[in-house]
Amino acid sequence: MSDLSDTAQEVHDDLSEHVDATVDDVEARLEKLVTEYKVPVDEARRSVENHYLDEAGLDRDDLAGGGGNDTVEVEDVDEAEQWVDITAKVVELWEPRSDSVGQVGLLGDPTGTIKFTKWAKSDLANLEEGKTYRLGNVVTDEYQGRYSVKLNKTTTIEEVDEEFEVGDNEDEVEGALVDVQSGSGLIKRCPEEDCTRVLQNGRCNEHGEVEGEFDLRIKGVLDDGTDVHEVIFDEEATEDLTGIGLEEAKQMAKDALDTTVVADEMRAKILGKYYRVTGPTFGRYVLANETELLDDQPDPESVLIRARSI
Amino acid sequence: MSGAPTREVARRVFAAEFNDATFTFKESDDERAPLYALLPTGERANRVFVSGTLTETEDIGEDSEYWRGRVVDPTGTFFVYAGQYQPEAASTLRDAETPTYVAVVGKPRTFETDDGSVNVSLRPESITMVDEAVRDRWVVEAAERTLDRIEAFDEEGNEYAERARAEYGEDLSAYRNAVLEALEDFDDAPGAPDGGSEESPAPDA
Repeated sequence: MSDLSDTAQEVHDDLSEHVDATVDDVEARLEKLVTEYKVPVDEARRSVENHYLDEAGLDRDDLAGGGGNDTVEVEDVDEAEQWVDITAKVVELWEPRSDSVGQVGLLGDPTGTIKFTKWAKSDLANLEEGKTYRLGNVVTDEYQGRYSVKLNKTTTIEEVDEEFEVGDNEDEVEGALVDVQSGSGLIKRCPEEDCTRVLQNGRCNEHGEVEGEFDLRIKGVLDDGTDVHEVIFDEEATEDLTGIGLEEAKQMAKDALDTTVVADEMRAKILGKYYRVTGPTFGRYVLANETELLDDQPDPESVLIRARSI
Repeated sequence: MSGAPTREVARRVFAAEFNDATFTFKESDDERAPLYALLPTGERANRVFVSGTLTETEDIGEDSEYWRGRVVDPTGTFFVYAGQYQPEAASTLRDAETPTYVAVVGKPRTFETDDGSVNVSLRPESITMVDEAVRDRWVVEAAERTLDRIEAFDEEGNEYAERARAEYGEDLSAYRNAVLEALEDFDDAPGAPDGGSEESPAPDA
């Protein structure tokens, strides 16, 4: 069964960094499952790997740490549970909220910033604010559309002498504003501390019936005919976009005895117009920092030349 | 991209092509599966974004209000229908003073006429009054997107181009001509050829 010894060799190589076992040990375990218990080789391999990982107190994900990670830039992190290498500066250190966290803070490279967490049990050296490190073998994670990286016991830390300006993660999207979604206009938010949930019929999902606080927001869709981008405009951006501020919006709602008039008025002002929006992306949404109305004269000449050449 | 269904892109298409898109289809048997119109230049359209001049509105409903608006672009006319299920759009058409520039986001729909031919219409999600800048930008954009589709028509593996070829044939010259017509309209417009935007009376042709 040379097949099995090949497999055993592979498993051994994958695990050798973490596990103290000989190729023969591995092969014996595989052999037992495959010949004695008629387990398919793939499944047997999985089972044997799990056995050793268990023994070493590791997760399966740790296996990927055998080298050969992609070196990524911060803006490229768009998937959870990827093992990557990253070179970044410690922008800020925050106070850990839990004993299981050794250090937590913000890393940055020229393409943007990303949260990092270093587990207390990882036994790694402490990172210092303002210094740049090459971090080998960190895992990406995602929470509510925001990505982070986690340093673990297999992570390597090497201080490097690289100077760069930390980027701001801003994206630029443009297109026609084709939709203003529900939950836009004059809304109420839960006033509980650290809760900013938007109320539905006066109720907060978390805190039940509460006296809401008014806010302005637009959830819009920019569409350029090829892609769609969902954009959130906060109070300030909404006022910029529509010319309607919070006080005016409240007055409008009061006069009409209805808050929905605000969104209706806003729709009439902005739907169908072209905008360019810049801001950071969180999950599905671009948060509008700057909004520009695209109302300059378009240039038909270059398109005309193209049309004539077909 | 898995999970929640992604929002359908609003295609840019001139009236000349839109009104030829008489073939509609769904990608699955699911009752709620989105309906697509097959564009003759080889793309599927569940939603479109158009801009033009609203020239006429008429309530053609019998028992309840049912508004028809004619939205004209440089190549033809979009027929926009809004009834009780599109209350905002219907009230926009009711209140509109024509002629006026509008932008319409909507879904292509087809219906068979008494003589058996198929007409394509637009069921609006929204109709808003816009200015000339929006309309002009849209014309150039629709021209670009149409050229994109024409250029991709012969590409290998272009599924919707293959279907369009089977449904409508492969002569796209009418749509290229529509693009030319739409853009040449600009050529005569004041200031356009040299890129200036100064409003001045048009010189005699």
